[in-house]
Amino acid sequence: MSTEPVQGASELLRVEDLRVHFPLRGTGLLGRSPGVVKAVDGVTFSLAAGQTLGLVGESGCGKSTTGLAVLRMQPVTSGKIIFEGDDITRQQARTGTFRRRMQMVYQDPYGSLNPRMRVSDLIGEPLQVHGMAGNRGEYDDRIAGLLKTVGLLPDMADRYPHEFSGGQRQRIGIARALALEPSLIICDEPVSALDVSIQAQVVNVLMELQERLGLAYLFIAHDLAVVRHLSHRVAVMYLGRIVEIAPRDDLYREPLHPYTQALLSAVPVADPSVEAQRQRVVVQGEVPSAVKPPSGCRFHTRCPHALERCKVDDPPLQDLGGGRSVACHLYDAASTSSAGGRSIPIVRAA
Amino acid sequence: MPLLDVRGLTTRFRTERGELTAVDDVSFSLEAGQTLAIVGESGSGKSVTAMSLMRLIPNPPGRIVAGEILFEGQDLLKLSDAQMRDIRGNRIAMIFQEPMSSLNPALTVGMQIAEPVNVHRKEPWARAFEVARGLLEKVRIPDAASRLQTYPHQYSGGMRQRTMIAMALACQPKLIVADEPTTALDVTVQAQILDLLKELTRETGAALILITHDLGVVARYADAVAVMYGGRIVEQAKAETLYAKPRHPYTQGLLAAIPRLDGPAGHRLVPIAGQPPDLARLPPGCAFAPRCTKADARCAAERPVLREVAPLHFNACHHDVD
Repeated sequence: MSTEPVQGASELLRVEDLRVHFPLRGTGLLGRSPGVVKAVDGVTFSLAAGQTLGLVGESGCGKSTTGLAVLRMQPVTSGKIIFEGDDITRQQARTGTFRRRMQMVYQDPYGSLNPRMRVSDLIGEPLQVHGMAGNRGEYDDRIAGLLKTVGLLPDMADRYPHEFSGGQRQRIGIARALALEPSLIICDEPVSALDVSIQAQVVNVLMELQERLGLAYLFIAHDLAVVRHLSHRVAVMYLGRIVEIAPRDDLYREPLHPYTQALLSAVPVADPSVEAQRQRVVVQGEVPSAVKPPSGCRFHTRCPHALERCKVDDPPLQDLGGGRSVACHLYDAASTSSAGGRSIPIVRAA
Repeated sequence: MPLLDVRGLTTRFRTERGELTAVDDVSFSLEAGQTLAIVGESGSGKSVTAMSLMRLIPNPPGRIVAGEILFEGQDLLKLSDAQMRDIRGNRIAMIFQEPMSSLNPALTVGMQIAEPVNVHRKEPWARAFEVARGLLEKVRIPDAASRLQTYPHQYSGGMRQRTMIAMALACQPKLIVADEPTTALDVTVQAQILDLLKELTRETGAALILITHDLGVVARYADAVAVMYGGRIVEQAKAETLYAKPRHPYTQGLLAAIPRLDGPAGHRLVPIAGQPPDLARLPPGCAFAPRCTKADARCAAERPVLREVAPLHFNACHHDVD
């Protein structure tokens, strides 16, 4: 499976066949279970040290649940999570020693910071929890250093969150995540609550920190342009599965999965002259319920290229070489002939 | 005569921190069949502009203190509440961001679409329901006849927004005001809804005011664009012109700050320094001056007026000299 990271970099995180199922509450007819929501249903990927893997998809695709499962804040139904060489699948966020090395930045810079805590305590709390605070002088120096790292002023340490704007709060959240010098930060929609002019500031901070500190990011977002900007590799999710994973430029230049094509096509480019000439792939309908996902390929109900076999056969994520994988029957060597006159996207070996 | 001609619209709100001017001396006009996008970030005044057009500003704390809203030559601000109700949902319709909170959860979808037809067009209910069924088909809700009997909670987000569009179209309005109509929706559904809205306005000849923060959406759907900042329009032009030759430093900054699906990736973005302005504490001069690289003493002291700097291209900047 070509889910291995870009060559030359060491693997930091590997997720193997991850499944997170939520049982629906209440009892169904005759005491039968009313079913399960398969929020994440067989996800495999890996992430290299110092790199960014973008995880994209529409609401309900399982991208945030995947992030929480990796952080061990969400019980896993089955599968494996290997972080820095250790199997952390059975560890828990609260007690696991790995949590020093893996941190999170949240979407909502208003809800994720305790309004009653000073900035110095918000940033310093992880140090205190892990017994790394040191003496008073060292602690204050560390806080000042972290504030500077994210582009805030050291004398802001005594203020409270309400005194900051959204972009500044998100920087505080990043400083807090950096306090323990992690190797991986899970970013769940870290800029989507911010105004456009502020987003760029936070995106730049994240990129600078990666270069300087060698951080890896699992960057979960729905904004395909932001993900393109930051990521080395991108995985596209649909109804609990990865349908395509590829190096960034390959994915955006030549998306292979019909869902990736539709997703990219749906995003307007901020340039009327480009928009006027764009060929667009439009899909009908909306994402079906994860309680009863479609049979076969989960995308077949909306896919403009769906074949008969797509209704019954669930396509596996298959390696196409060059770091690209796609889960689609259009790329089965055997299905090429049965597709008749349909134009099949050409698979190029990179 | 333009379909809509807004002149000097000014809307103020009383707040704990004093009176603030959310919309300040805003003027624009719109021809029949045209799509005008009003773009801006949170607090720029774009939504308050939309609500002012509909005369839906809650008073107190809000009040339209000055200006004219000439719709088909008639000043909406001079109408009585009863006269305005005749226009709202009839000749001017509005589509809101949150379809769930703007649909009545206790009424069937059919009832909600049929109501304006019954109220404004005086059609009997049976006929109004016929119209509603046709509208649901038009917005491509499958199985329209049986859908009339269902309630909004049974719909997905995209279907609810289709229902809102059907309601908006019910009385064949001349103008549709859509405030962030797809912000709550996923991107593939956003494309479906905006394509549909655009197609239906083209078909009926209605004009569309699209309020959005998304410069991509503007590029795809708008004919003309007004950029708002700190309660004012700072730049206004045809869409192609605005993107090809932005003249206001704020517009230039916005376009440089967003990552794009095409073009280079991985470079440093060029953010706009500082924060959006606090409407209660606007500087006396240009609202953008504290963040502007070109700002000088004049910008800090004197508010620039929006003037025509090229044919149909308006800019409010002291530094725009040809």
